[in-house]
Amino acid sequence: MGYYQKEIETMPREELKKLQSERLAAQIKHVYENVPYYRQKMDEKGVTPDDIKSVDDLHKLPFISKADLRESYPYGLLAVPLKDCVRIHSTSGTTGKRVVAFYTQHDVDLWEDCCARAIMATGATNEDVCQVCYGYGLFTGGAGLHGGSHKAGCLTLPMSSGNTERQLQFMSDLGTTVLCCTPSYAAYIAETATETGAINDIHLRAGIFGAEAWTEEMRREIETKLGIKAYDIYGLTELSGPGVAFECSEQHGMHINEDHFIAEIIDPVTEEVLPYGEKGELVFTSITKEAFPMIRYRTKDICVLNAEPCACGRTHIRMAKPMGRSDDMLIIRGVNVFPSQIESVLLNNGMPANYRIIVDRVNNTDTFDIDVEMPVDFMSDTVSDIEKKEKQLVSALKSMLGIMAKVHLVAPKTITRSEGKAVRIIDNRKLY
Amino acid sequence: MIVNQLSVFLENKPGKLSEFIQTLAKDKIDLLALSIAETSDYGILRTIVDKPEETAKLLSSEDWACKITPVLAVTVPDEPGSLTRILGVLAENGISLAYSYAFFSRDTGSACIILRVDDNAAAEKILSEAGIKL
Repeated sequence: MGYYQKEIETMPREELKKLQSERLAAQIKHVYENVPYYRQKMDEKGVTPDDIKSVDDLHKLPFISKADLRESYPYGLLAVPLKDCVRIHSTSGTTGKRVVAFYTQHDVDLWEDCCARAIMATGATNEDVCQVCYGYGLFTGGAGLHGGSHKAGCLTLPMSSGNTERQLQFMSDLGTTVLCCTPSYAAYIAETATETGAINDIHLRAGIFGAEAWTEEMRREIETKLGIKAYDIYGLTELSGPGVAFECSEQHGMHINEDHFIAEIIDPVTEEVLPYGEKGELVFTSITKEAFPMIRYRTKDICVLNAEPCACGRTHIRMAKPMGRSDDMLIIRGVNVFPSQIESVLLNNGMPANYRIIVDRVNNTDTFDIDVEMPVDFMSDTVSDIEKKEKQLVSALKSMLGIMAKVHLVAPKTITRSEGKAVRIIDNRKLY
Repeated sequence: MIVNQLSVFLENKPGKLSEFIQTLAKDKIDLLALSIAETSDYGILRTIVDKPEETAKLLSSEDWACKITPVLAVTVPDEPGSLTRILGVLAENGISLAYSYAFFSRDTGSACIILRVDDNAAAEKILSEAGIKL
């Protein structure tokens, strides 16, 4: 299928490695000179920019993690003057865990290039109509695919998420051929279109679905229902957004845009680098980002890399769908949720920090329930009093997490207190 | 008169009410009346027991979520129209009722209705001024 930047996407491995090495060396010099946080970390490890001459030297550098991003929030990892930045994006607006990423115009351009590659890999051209139903705003989903769609020359429909009836109306009236959204929203659109009969009026050909975990079964179901080919896309705000990696027509792993991101797999415990093909934590180094470079960023995604040549002609290595997390983060309806956030809301609302999270997937949509023990303060002789307090808790959780959870009160001291690592999460989705 | 009602949080699960009643029986607590307000996840059981404070202490020590609330207990003569009269007086005076339930009182030999109002003292005064036996 189509390429957006054929020369780079099919560049011979040796040449690509040379390009990566040059960019890496320049990037390390850039962060060492401009980001005291990185300089200090490198000094502590006794590494200087002179030690980093090629990709083979990457292992000498220190890792960074979400904790470093929090510690340096908001400007600590900024590598250019603020006046050179033109945009920010942020992870799902979750207090305490928020990541704010900065972009220069050049950063935005390269990010959009990555997304254009993903869109054109589906065979899309300037004859296509691309409907972007990822959320627009701080979330990177909308902006990334929107920019990519422009660059690919598609007629772009900046719909954002929600209002499914209107989505289907535009889809049919304007002849949308490419749909970009989360897989659960795609499944919902498919269901609604089938129910209302709108399915007969739409002419979708391909879908680019990411930002949450989905199974191969879900892919096949969406493909059958919508009559399309469904492509996976991977990315994270820390690195730019969607488009770090994308699927080609082979639908067998996502090609990492290696001219911008170097991927490594490490053992999450020993931090030792593992060879391609072994399962471990995915680590990325962004080698072209100007404003907010990530050097050996630990994604916490458990993954496998595949360096086998791909039938599509692209030479860039492929990553499997992430198979889990090396931390306790949950991705619910596309939003990152940490149990510690729930804990802090409970404590702030005078509740015991004893809770149980139950996540499931019903009709391809995530359900999110939290059992909490009835605190003495909540007790009342009227249900309306208790419900008022429950509502306050639900809205405090919503503003912390960005998504709605159903809260269930259970009797005091009935949630098992486990010793050591608490078993607080019951994830019935079987996504990995 | 004003009596202390004991409310208890019960999960919506089979056997929960039975478990609670057994706790009362074990400690020889006399249950005079009960009523349940239910939601999809839980119920609030409201009871009149002979020793509410003592019972509350006991239940708390066994990890039941419970609460004491003073409520109004009004004697209802066993004759047609007597409840209409009580409720009429409350309505005329703009007193709203959160909930109510009735039971038979051995002490008075007649029915007794529990009324949950915002201001017990005010409601008590209005009712007695209207000649209703409390």
